[in-house]
Amino acid sequence: MLKKLSSFIILSLMMFPAPSYAVLTIEITQGVEGAAPIAIVPFGWRGAGGSQPPEVMHRIVAADLQRSGFFKPLPDEDMIARPVEAAQVNFADWRALNVDHVVVGRMQELPDGTYQVQFQLLDVYKGTQLAGYSIRSRKPDLRRTAHQISDIVYQTITGKPGAFDTHIAYITVTHNRKQERIYRLAVADADGHNEQIVYESKKPLMSPSWSPDGKRLVYVSFTRGRPEIYIQNIFSREIRRVADFKGINSAPVFSPDGTQLALTLSKDGNPEIYLMDLRSKRLSRVTRSYAIDTEPAWMPDGKAIVFTSDRGGSPQLYRVKVNRKGAAGRVERLTFDGNYNARASVSPDGRYLAMVHREQGKFRIAVQDLKTGHFRILTESRLDESPSFAPNGSMIIYATEDNYRGVLAAVSVDGRAQQRLSLQSGDVREPAWSTFKSRK
Amino acid sequence: MGRLFTYILIAVLVLGFGGCKFAPVKKKGAKGAQTEKQQQAEDKGASYGVSEGGALDIKALDDPNSPLSRRVLYFDLDSSQISPEDREIIAAHARFLSQHPDISVVLEGHADERGTREYNLALGERRAKTVEQLLTLQGVSQKQIQIISFGEERPVALDHNESAWRLNRRVEILYSGY
Repeated sequence: MLKKLSSFIILSLMMFPAPSYAVLTIEITQGVEGAAPIAIVPFGWRGAGGSQPPEVMHRIVAADLQRSGFFKPLPDEDMIARPVEAAQVNFADWRALNVDHVVVGRMQELPDGTYQVQFQLLDVYKGTQLAGYSIRSRKPDLRRTAHQISDIVYQTITGKPGAFDTHIAYITVTHNRKQERIYRLAVADADGHNEQIVYESKKPLMSPSWSPDGKRLVYVSFTRGRPEIYIQNIFSREIRRVADFKGINSAPVFSPDGTQLALTLSKDGNPEIYLMDLRSKRLSRVTRSYAIDTEPAWMPDGKAIVFTSDRGGSPQLYRVKVNRKGAAGRVERLTFDGNYNARASVSPDGRYLAMVHREQGKFRIAVQDLKTGHFRILTESRLDESPSFAPNGSMIIYATEDNYRGVLAAVSVDGRAQQRLSLQSGDVREPAWSTFKSRK
Repeated sequence: MGRLFTYILIAVLVLGFGGCKFAPVKKKGAKGAQTEKQQQAEDKGASYGVSEGGALDIKALDDPNSPLSRRVLYFDLDSSQISPEDREIIAAHARFLSQHPDISVVLEGHADERGTREYNLALGERRAKTVEQLLTLQGVSQKQIQIISFGEERPVALDHNESAWRLNRRVEILYSGY
């Protein structure tokens, strides 16, 4: 039985231990032709007394780069040599394999139990080093170190930041022995590893979204019987209820500066979008219509909001300028392709809108270029939803179904690379990709 | 009406419909419906703690032949329009509730899994509000009605096809204790 709690009380309940309940596995469902060939050579290892390395670093890096769709890592068995530093590399070997870049590295266990990881990124055709780093790490951080190596390789070659050392939040639904639904809010590394349960309830959980500092999640919980909004610090696990108005409290998203929420409340009769100043809890109303207005998404500059409304008869995306007092301009319709375009996610550069688009009764993820108006459907199944841009704008993670189970999938913005993340049992849904700043 | 017929009717009620008394919805739902209903019944009890009405005239709620036994209204895709048939059911509930101002209902709005979750949460509320409006227009006090939308989060039919979706696009009229 749940206790009655007055508003804004700080709770510290539901302490979940770190080990995960389930594992997300990733499967690349569509590779990319013309992806850049790269060789990530197995790292050299020097450990105490013939021990095995705690993580196979080069595999983590290769998997990251492959998932991005930009790279095609050479299989280990095709490598004719296994150099561990630049001095050992014979560039002709790699040119013969048509590899553009080679990553070599070594890992050493130090007497204090920490690890020294060194790596070099080499340009095969020029025969030069493009990047070289030495990173000190600890055993539980080695996967993260590998993701950081992936980020450096990705950025050095593509010129854009990598998003491998980031996180995803999502909701899972499983059944317990009494056949009751168990809802969990979970956080994992961007590659699906290191899942940690942040909150658990027998009542529905919905709409997780990250704070810009990557430390908190805002979400909707039915724990007290109806949809209310909570903010939870994922480190301290401190939970704060921030919206429990009459009617719906839903679709919360932090403003880019983290000082406000945009959210949907139906306290005044029907769902409208509001801004909430997180310090004063003061509300300012953004929309005024008899229609459903919901699913706000901030433009990256924090000066406008994109939202879903059926004011035109069917759900479409609209944009309105906002300031701290609410709407600061006229509402402008953005989408015109088809009769269902909803739940926008805005790319970090503000140029693209990802959305749920209905076509012949099927729901797909589509992207619209806000500059040119160009509209493109990226996915092919029938129940795709909840798109969320990676913080570098390269991929969109979304929820879909596979064999009647909810799974997560990711697609590159050009639609070429696709991958699937699935839980061993139960449904996984509503993914939210963190900012660059999220650190567990 | 003959006395024998009355006895038979009672027997039929007791034997045939007795099991449905507390969960009149389940005969409509698909497989998992009953577990879901039971779970919801528990939730209701825990969350609202409204006491059961014990008065004699409330028996109408237990009568499977009464339109009051129909407590789930179904909707078309993306729609909150109520069919003429369901209007009559709502009218019966309106009559009953306006005669029993001490009894209250929860209108639970639901949507099928298609479309976005937050929009569906709003759609479930809109459906429940349409029912609320019809009830209040017919004399039911707003104080007797509470609305909760679950959007697509609480399906009764778990399949992913039209026959399941049809059952999930619904408003449930929930009397405390029934």
